Parts: sequence; C-alpha cells; structure tokens
Amino acid sequence: MKANSAAPVFAALGDETRLAIVARLCRSGPQSIVQLTEDAKVTRQAVTKHLTLLEGAGHVRSARDGREKLWSVRTTRLVEAQRWLDQISRDWDSAIERLRILVEADLGLGHSTRSGPGGLTSSTRSRTVVAARPRRGDG
Amino acid sequence: MDRIEKSVLLRAPLERVWRAISDSKEFGTWFGVEFDAPFVAGKAMVGRMVPTQVDPEVAKLQEPHRGARFECTIEAIEPMTRFAFRWHPFAIDPNVDYSHEPTTLVEFRLSPEGSGTRLVITESGFDRVPLERRAKAFTANEGGWEHQSKLLEKYLSR
Repeated sequence: MKANSAAPVFAALGDETRLAIVARLCRSGPQSIVQLTEDAKVTRQAVTKHLTLLEGAGHVRSARDGREKLWSVRTTRLVEAQRWLDQISRDWDSAIERLRILVEADLGLGHSTRSGPGGLTSSTRSRTVVAARPRRGDG
Repeated sequence: MDRIEKSVLLRAPLERVWRAISDSKEFGTWFGVEFDAPFVAGKAMVGRMVPTQVDPEVAKLQEPHRGARFECTIEAIEPMTRFAFRWHPFAIDPNVDYSHEPTTLVEFRLSPEGSGTRLVITESGFDRVPLERRAKAFTANEGGWEHQSKLLEKYLSR
C-alpha cells in the first residue's frame, strides 16, 4: 500500500499530523512511538495523543513487541473501499451484458428486442448478474 | 483506485450502439430506468428505476427497486463517439439526500472495430467519494463506520 493511495481514504481525519503518521505507517510498516516522533514535528506526547485517537477510530492498532509497543495501520477501511469498487464493477459487467443483448439481438432482424430476447442464450452473460442499483446524479 | 474501466467488443454497427446509449428510451431499456425526456447535454435527468426489458432474469432482481428515483446529469453528447453523465455511485438509500456529495463521471466511448463496435465505459472520481459512504454500502451492522466517525467527532471536539 502506498501512502498516496491511502491519503484520500484518511482525508476524512482532516489533520495533517495524523495523516502524516498514517502515511508513515503505510510506508514503513509497524513503528514505535520513538520512531514516529523522530519524523513528526511535534512532541512524543502529542504523537501518543494522535495515535490514541486514530486507534479509537479504528485506523491504527498497537501490538506489544517485547518492551516496545508497535503501531501499524489497519487495512479494513481500505478493504471496504475496494469491495465497494468491486461491486460497482460487477454492476457494470451486468449492464454491459444487457446492452449486448439489446444491440446484438436485432442485428439483421430489423426490430428491437422488446419483443423478447428470443434466440439469445444465457452464455452471452459472463457472470452472475447483479441488480442495477438506483443512483442519483447532480440533481 | 480512482476509476473503473470496461472495454467490450459488440457485434453491432456503431450507429446501433450509439442509439442504444444516447437515446434515453433505449438506454432505459437495457439499463432498467425510465425517462420522460430525451438526453440533452447539460441537463439534469430524473427517471424511475424499472426492470430491464432485455433480460428476464435480471428484471426479476431489479423488481424490488421499481419506482426508485434515478438522477443523473448529462455531461456530453458527441455523436457516434462519446456520451457522458455524472451521478452518485451507490445512492441506494431513498432517505438520504445525496445532492451535496461528490459525483462520479461515467463516459461511454465508441469506435468502429471490424464490423462491430468497441465500447469503453469509464467511471471515474471515486477518490472524491467519502469512505464513509463506500463503507456504508456494505455495513449491514450499523456498528461500523457510523459508530467510529461519531467516536472520532467526539475526540476532535475535545
């Protein structure tokens, strides 16, 4: 995971220091408070406060490594974002197959498929269909 | 992560595919939506979800959404080459006002290929959509994002 692709995901946090911490964790993997403070322009105490906040929001988690506490990013949010895109992608696959049925069916027939998709086989559909979802535009 | 792109070769002439995409009635036939007016560039379209007329199997799945409001704003109509509109992805909750949320841009690009038509569909702008909205589409248990963002809000207001 690159920090720049993670940035929009965490933009909602709206704080540069916290975003920098998350970006650092994305870039460098698990870090201790000491390591994170080296990079930050704020005190260790402030970093601790930010981490606690991020942890509360489910963006980071900590694990003990000997005497040290190591902080890392939780990828759940990113996974959710990906699932969302996957769903929209499947909706488009389904819509494209319906468009195909329409435009390929009347090839040489001279009428639309409103009379029914006769002659078409289900093999033209590549995958399990997903119902199109109602959407709204700029309104 | 910002875009989805689909490229497909259709065994139909360009003019046929263009009509199926740019004619609001024909668009509705396969997509599963009903408009009262033709597509006009710059116009905000309001339609109603209806089951598709080309695939009974899908139509059955779309039946529960019948009558749901469908909105999009036409961005561009460039005959035989490009049709584009904006909408709100995953605007599935009829009780939510999505009008202030960022939209995604959907583009259909057509070009002749052999005796058929190459269609490239691109939906872009996902980075602008709040993650909370994306997550909500899947969070069946409401303990997820909503709870966490409230928690965050509480922390920030300290």
